[in-house]
Amino acid sequence: MSKEMTGAEMVIQALADQGVDHLFGYPGGAVLPIYDALFHQNRIEHILVRHEQAAVHSAEGYARSSGKVGVVLVTSGPGATNAVTGLTDALMDSIPIVCITGQVATHLIGNDAFQECDTVGITRPCTKHNYLVRDVNDLARVLHEAFYVAQNGRPGPVVVDIPKDVQFAKGTYVGRENIEHKTYKPKLVGDADKIQQAVDMIAGAKRPIFYTGGGVINSGPAASRALRELARLTGVPVTSTLMGLGAFPAANGQWLGMLGMHGTYEANMTMHGCDVMVCIGARFDDRITGRLDAFSPGSKKIHIDIDPSSINKNVKVDLPIIGDCAKVLDAMLAAWKSQDRHIDRAALDDWWKQIDRWRGRNSLAYRLLPDTIKPQQAIERLYAATKDRDVYISTEVGQHQMWAAQFFRFEEPNRWLTSGGLGTMGYGLPAAIGAQIAHPEALCVDIAGEASILMNMQEMSTAVQFNLPVKIFILNNRYMGMVRQWQELLHGGRYSHSYSEALPDFVKLADAYGGVGIRCEKPGDLDGAIQEMINIKRPVIFDCIVDQQENCFPMIPSGRAHNEMILGDMAVDLDEAITDEGKMLV
Amino acid sequence: MSLVQDKTERHTLSVLVDNEPGVLARVIGLFSGRGYNIDSLTVSEVSHEGHLSRITIVTTGTPMVIEQIRNQLDRLVPVHRVRDLTVEAASLERELAMVKVRGTGEARSEALRLAEAFRARVIDATTESFVFEITGKSDKIDQFAVLMEPLGLVEVARTGVVAISRGPDAM
Ligand SMILES: Cc1ncc(C[n+]2csc(CCOP(=O)(O)OP(=O)(O)O)c2C)c(N)n1
Ligand SMILES: [Mg+2]
Repeated sequence: MSKEMTGAEMVIQALADQGVDHLFGYPGGAVLPIYDALFHQNRIEHILVRHEQAAVHSAEGYARSSGKVGVVLVTSGPGATNAVTGLTDALMDSIPIVCITGQVATHLIGNDAFQECDTVGITRPCTKHNYLVRDVNDLARVLHEAFYVAQNGRPGPVVVDIPKDVQFAKGTYVGRENIEHKTYKPKLVGDADKIQQAVDMIAGAKRPIFYTGGGVINSGPAASRALRELARLTGVPVTSTLMGLGAFPAANGQWLGMLGMHGTYEANMTMHGCDVMVCIGARFDDRITGRLDAFSPGSKKIHIDIDPSSINKNVKVDLPIIGDCAKVLDAMLAAWKSQDRHIDRAALDDWWKQIDRWRGRNSLAYRLLPDTIKPQQAIERLYAATKDRDVYISTEVGQHQMWAAQFFRFEEPNRWLTSGGLGTMGYGLPAAIGAQIAHPEALCVDIAGEASILMNMQEMSTAVQFNLPVKIFILNNRYMGMVRQWQELLHGGRYSHSYSEALPDFVKLADAYGGVGIRCEKPGDLDGAIQEMINIKRPVIFDCIVDQQENCFPMIPSGRAHNEMILGDMAVDLDEAITDEGKMLV
Repeated sequence: MSLVQDKTERHTLSVLVDNEPGVLARVIGLFSGRGYNIDSLTVSEVSHEGHLSRITIVTTGTPMVIEQIRNQLDRLVPVHRVRDLTVEAASLERELAMVKVRGTGEARSEALRLAEAFRARVIDATTESFVFEITGKSDKIDQFAVLMEPLGLVEVARTGVVAISRGPDAM
């Protein structure tokens, strides 16, 4: 299809052709023509956020929970710079986003015009790719390319910067069917010989593990299905990074829980002691490996990833397989079945016996108190009350995020929305809003800290305006708990500026926004209050007052190896636990 | 062991890119943002109709870092192809320099004699100066510049390295 229209009309047409139903945005001078074009149509629903950072996080929540591309529209200058945190977050966590930014007219670019900034310069390192469109006749192609680049290969954010005169100019629109990308053609199918080698290595293993990551989620539901099937057939234990939770069901007996800095004892010990590690769509990030030179020293490593630059970046692997997780896992499954392979039963049994001993350590145990709610307990009760519902959980960043990862149990992919790579406080509420837009009937809960939630609190207005019954479940410990925990471990308990003083009254705040506030302070009231929250079909802020001093364990201190974890009940000589070198790390 | 702490190596990479605005900034940003070394970088359009530019980068790093650099370059959207000429092919490397020398008398004739020995051409002359043009491998140019030092070396301008594989095939 090619047709004459204005640049602004092309934006709407291209979004419609790409199947976009929702757009998260905020207007301004440099995007007024696009807003005018939006006014004339009702194909695409525009969600007016209250801050451009939240527009991107909402689009991330939408994308992560639905598997679609999240789309953002913001103005030039401050609109674009406000979006930068969200873009960086999406880059780090490989979330497909198309972000359209307005720009001053082409003849003004470079003149320090009002609300001008070098958007492509600023966003170059925090996007997968970006474009400045100077000619309206390039616009349609660039927009379709942007969608292609955002979702193919390793997903990521793409910025399309459109000067205002280009939005007004008339040109020729081309449809998406006429676009083939010249250079960007990621490899999806793994090499057959490598897949065979992987099958041989797994079949020959005595102490295998599957270490999965966000790539399994990004690859789509087929990848999770293949992972489950391969785990069932091989009997191999499964752990996952923070980003990969839900790809493998928590209820399955082969599930070891999350690994890494705050992962379970059994997951980390299994990683440490394995002889064959299959890394699937994860990237050997420093939260996972701990001290690199002591990372799983005795294992042969297979690494399946769609991004060749993830291979051998931190850890040298024995068998890299470049390709899409679903395709590679399916190929491995097919080979495993057709060749009727098995892992040595006796060896695997011994391995599971060892793992069960580690499990027996019960590394997530915590002590209940009679009059004070434990944060872990709050998550466990939240889980118990919601597990039979269609539920999506987002988080902010801090201890509450780690407790949510440890204690909420995910059976399906795309249900868990968290800022892993960048660790962005303020992510959770807008992400929950995005998930709620994608799943209007579902229960969307942001598990929050009282400090983080204040970073994008203004999005309560968005929730109220669009009748989104999101729930903000604050584990209120009156501290930036994760910071306080590190100060306790590393800085002699000097809690420099990590207390949450002058907190708002969250119940009144909810009321002021037009939502509902609930406060809960006693363990005995917890179940009732959670039920009340679930029953309210409006946005709720749930202010759960929890133990102030609780630390998040287990923990691999920075600079330590997997087998040097600290468990909750041995947290005595914490100062000793971290080496001077470790203190340099974050 | 998993962690490799090998010694650093010098590699020459050839990168074929779409000649679009910002592509050089992407390449340079990658190096500065990730802390990789650039010893030399050259870029020029090589096909007008094909809209292609070729970038030659000389970089140093451990083998693991060089592999990273290669993969990171390869995943930039406008990049067509990346070749590590140091490992993938026998290759030729050349650099061009212009070398300005000021002097009279014995130093001046000595500069000229050395220039001949190095097959440098005189491309500008005054009664008290020469500009030499010299082409060759980088170490030859280094050596020439060192020799000119005591003879009145004023300044040097160098293009940086360009490289191509030997034999009949394209990169
Ligand atoms: C935007 C941003 N600024 C600073 C930090 C550093 N940081 C990490 S966790 C944390 C404290 C979070 O406190 P809270 O939201 O109350 O969560 P808690 O740890 O108490 O559960 C801080 C300041 C961050 N991750 N993101
Ligand atoms: Mg807190």
